[in-house]
Amino acid sequence: MLRIDYLAVPGLPPLSFEVAASECLAVEGPSGSGKTRLLRAIADLDPAQGYVFLEGIERHETAAPHWRRRVRYAAAEPAWWAATARAHFPLTAKLERLMAALALAPALLDRPLAELSTGERQRFGLIRAMADEPQVLLLDEPTSALDAQTGALAEELIKFQVLAGRIVILVSHDAAQIARLAHARLLLAGGDGEDRAQSFAA
Amino acid sequence: MSTVELALADLALAALLLVVNGAISVYFGLRLEVSLAVAAARMVLQLAVIGFVLRFVFAQTSPVWTALIALLMVLVAGYELLQRQERRFAGWWAYGVGNLTLLLVGGLATLYAVTVVIGPTPWYAPSYVIPILGMVLGTTLTSVSLALQILTDAAERERPAIEARIALGATRLEAFAPVLRRALKTAMTPLLNTMALAGVVTLPGMMTGQILAGADPGEAAKYQIMIIFVLTGAAGLGALAAALGGVLLLTDGRHRLRLDRLRPARS
Repeated sequence: MLRIDYLAVPGLPPLSFEVAASECLAVEGPSGSGKTRLLRAIADLDPAQGYVFLEGIERHETAAPHWRRRVRYAAAEPAWWAATARAHFPLTAKLERLMAALALAPALLDRPLAELSTGERQRFGLIRAMADEPQVLLLDEPTSALDAQTGALAEELIKFQVLAGRIVILVSHDAAQIARLAHARLLLAGGDGEDRAQSFAA
Repeated sequence: MSTVELALADLALAALLLVVNGAISVYFGLRLEVSLAVAAARMVLQLAVIGFVLRFVFAQTSPVWTALIALLMVLVAGYELLQRQERRFAGWWAYGVGNLTLLLVGGLATLYAVTVVIGPTPWYAPSYVIPILGMVLGTTLTSVSLALQILTDAAERERPAIEARIALGATRLEAFAPVLRRALKTAMTPLLNTMALAGVVTLPGMMTGQILAGADPGEAAKYQIMIIFVLTGAAGLGALAAALGGVLLLTDGRHRLRLDRLRPARS
């Protein structure tokens, strides 16, 4: 269970909500409404007032790197610090399985990342976020650069994570995708810098 | 052996060369003549003042005066370091990083060189402490400013990659490790070049000075070797201390990247 208690993300009113294990919460709202900021605050990547509990433990009660190994933020455009994808992963059987699940050929591991398509990089980013099996996945537009076919594969993988007992918070602009994946929705209604948030519990 | 003393007229003759430079600047429209004149006047004033001050301090041979001058040198070097930084840290730390590093590393390296290596009597003899501290500060200044430059540049330019590592559970030092390595390598490069070229392409300043002052070239070379060891060690340690301090300042206790602690670049 992930419990957000009066989390004050800059530009948003304090938010409180819960996401249970095996549940997917969709966060919606126009660009600039604070969806990314909310996910970053939950992963403790930005300072924010308020509380985030995972299985009853508040984020500040554990070391920050440990928190982020359990509560994983995956950016919409994954960033890389080495030339090829391989340098970013420990090579395991799981990695091969995940790559196969997202239709990534093994040869792509050693191709320079700059030569991969945006969609291939996004799928590698998704794999990188999931490879060490964090309990909470904060997915920021995980399929924004994917075509229908690979997007469906990514959705399958996300659905599988949920079925495996993980907690997923999904930022998406795709209403159909939200309908397919999410059990609950959170609407951040922002505009003109004056952000308001509304929460629809399912 | 004594040196040929220079008269003021000799200095004026040397200054003629600068006038030639000024004329070139005017002729080619380089607009450097004013800067050249100001820099030259500043240099003359600075050196004249330091000449008188050092004459006074050397005559005293008092630990208090030596320490006072040394502290002043650290502060001026710290200020110069700040001027060289394109991206400064916010608040008092802007002064803190440079000054603390220079004080710590400059002080330790100079004390080590003077007391352990040279060993004059008294150990605080200003004629040893002050020139060595000056060389240590000058070299450390360059390497610290290079290291901080690379660090702050990379923190901003490579923010997504650094934050990606942090989001995956890396500590701040793990996330900054490649940047730190690059910063230290860059800071050490001029030192390696200095050592490689010393005596072959360049005749180091201190050795030249000692030879001009009538010292035996062999003795001067020994001194120069000792000084290069001390300078290289101090500059490397300084770059490491400043870069580590910089990483701690650019992140917080929760291992977040905090670019808000960096002031915007000066236009």
